[in-house]
Amino acid sequence: MAEATASPNPSGGFWHRLANPARFQRLSAWLMPWLVLITVGCFGAGLYFGLYASPIDYQQKDTVRIMYVHVPAAWLAMMSYSTLAISGFVALIWRHPLADVAGAATAPIGAVFTFLALFTGAIWGQPTWGTWWVWDARLTSVLILFFMFLGYIAIRNAFDDRARAGRAASLLAVVGIVILPIIKFSVDWWNTLHQPASVSKLSGSSLDPAMLRPLLIMAVAYMALFGVLLLLRMRLELTRRQVEALQMARAGASAS
Amino acid sequence: MRRRWPRNLAPDQMPILDVQYLACRRGGRILFAGLDFSLSKGEAALALGHNGAGKSSLLRVLAGLIPPFTGRILWNDEDTRQEPYDFRAALRYVGHADGLQTNLTVIQNLRYWAALYSAPTERLALTDALAAVGLDDLADLPARMLSAGQRRRLALARPIATPSTNAHTAGLWLLDEPTVALDRPSIARIESAIAEFRERGGIVIASTNAPLTLPGAQEIDVSATVLDLEDAFEDAYA
Amino acid sequence: MTAFWATLARDLLIARREGGESLLAVIFFVLGAMLFPLGVGPEGSLLALMAAGVIWVMALLATLLALDRLFQADWRDGTLELMALAPDSLTLVVAAKCLAHWLVTGLPMVIAAPIMALLLNLPPEGWPALLATLLIGSPALSFIGAICAALIVGARRGGVLMTLLALPLYIPTLIFGAGAVQAAIGGFDASGHLAALAAITLAAAALCPWAAAAALRQAME
Repeated sequence: MAEATASPNPSGGFWHRLANPARFQRLSAWLMPWLVLITVGCFGAGLYFGLYASPIDYQQKDTVRIMYVHVPAAWLAMMSYSTLAISGFVALIWRHPLADVAGAATAPIGAVFTFLALFTGAIWGQPTWGTWWVWDARLTSVLILFFMFLGYIAIRNAFDDRARAGRAASLLAVVGIVILPIIKFSVDWWNTLHQPASVSKLSGSSLDPAMLRPLLIMAVAYMALFGVLLLLRMRLELTRRQVEALQMARAGASAS
Repeated sequence: MRRRWPRNLAPDQMPILDVQYLACRRGGRILFAGLDFSLSKGEAALALGHNGAGKSSLLRVLAGLIPPFTGRILWNDEDTRQEPYDFRAALRYVGHADGLQTNLTVIQNLRYWAALYSAPTERLALTDALAAVGLDDLADLPARMLSAGQRRRLALARPIATPSTNAHTAGLWLLDEPTVALDRPSIARIESAIAEFRERGGIVIASTNAPLTLPGAQEIDVSATVLDLEDAFEDAYA
Repeated sequence: MTAFWATLARDLLIARREGGESLLAVIFFVLGAMLFPLGVGPEGSLLALMAAGVIWVMALLATLLALDRLFQADWRDGTLELMALAPDSLTLVVAAKCLAHWLVTGLPMVIAAPIMALLLNLPPEGWPALLATLLIGSPALSFIGAICAALIVGARRGGVLMTLLALPLYIPTLIFGAGAVQAAIGGFDASGHLAALAAITLAAAALCPWAAAAALRQAME
């Protein structure tokens, strides 16, 4: 019987077996309710503490509360891109089929989180800086990240051959994660050069623990939300691919 | 999985190219599976099958352009995916596309490939190769002025102009539809070039629906072994 | 290394045969810069402030325009896969192609830079820095752009897509390149910027051909 010697896959193991789509669907179906529970719970607790039961900033007063929505969104934007890069790496080296599905599923989620970070950052900027947009180092970096997500989505859609699209996108994600620190560094440097006077309110100043707790709860909530959305999209994508495979099999059977 | 060859095989008869349980998957379909054959010095193989059966894909998998879905290809007992250098030094591939730069002349095109494969790049050596395919009087013509048949012949001049520098093996020619658009005299020229290569010990695998005489060639039928995709997937990830 | 020199010679020969096509990028470079005075007004002091950035942005865009011809033609006629099958590594072939690309499009931009500086009223303190940054930094543009060109080779609407992919990757080069010129104009020491730019170019020259070759192999599967 033919052996699967095509890819340098480590023998058997959890990931190997997970690649079976039916198995993944079962596992994710089991996991889903728990994730939804964590998401709802943490959002509830986080929003309560963040928007109501936590102290106000000395200078910014209530507007600082946007931080509880904005900062985790930015963290998730970066976590999404890391997921994209890792799934791309796994897809290229081990050709694990789920990695490709994960990458396709993550990109739009990451783009939305990035947009959310930009949007809430702009809302935060209005009362703080007096303008909707400012070329702050962080906002600029996040804006660039947004376009990198768009680039990933665009390259996935640029090819009819799904396998080729997946490979190109995976490679792009890996290249992107390597260049991202360089971009961040150069934007930081550019920003300090051109705006020495402004001290960014978003910079990582030490936070009061009473503010840190809701922030972390919100971060967990966002991560759980990411998990829910990712699994949902992956399940959808897998089902779509199965339908396509069946259609192709029918086409192949009728031709011969 | 190391194949055992009969002990009484003379060194000359030992297979140089050994293809084991090869399968290819393109665009979600399994084109062929379980392909298993071997070739020794001077032998040839003909890939047959209807259009779209996967003959071109077979040659591309053998060349190493496409990774096999399962199976391996051994050249001189080395896996070509793991140790590609020696294999590539011996391999000459002529695919569907002609691989010509239309702005360069015929001989300039050939000179690049000769340089790439460390073959002689002097005009005399190159015109010899062109003469073997009947293009020597067109050597200084821009390639864009060639007809389809002439372009095909220039593509076939490539393996002729780049003989292997390895003393042990004359090499492997993978020819995809070599005689498409060629007239009888040209086909005869190609056949004699192939025969001369085989005499030096070279191995030839050609895919064709057009007439091409390869005396003593093994026939490989690439009719679609249509495996159910689900089954193949289960096989690979059970 | 034979693959490197053979490919370099070949690509330069092809560029010479194609004649004017290779100079289109430089023409776009100058023409695009000319649009800025028309857009923002001819006031000298305003142009002087913008000149360094505008010239560098136009250099980015002109390079992107010319990147199309790096792999497309060879992909279409099947030469690229033959190059991949050669015994010498595809990385060497790609490196040679990038170098040829820079010689044909990047170097002419460096030569055209004084004209641009004149048109855009760049202060004289910035001229040496402009030439230095373009000379050091434009190879980086060719090398980094090669990865994007390799990723989308054979795709439909490849040109516009490549812009979207390449521009974020070009940002560090832009920041340090334009920054160096502006530092020079302001009387500050630009050597730090130039060093960073040189580091980017060297890293790009070392790593990008390998990444682009990997992208090309993925495309051929």
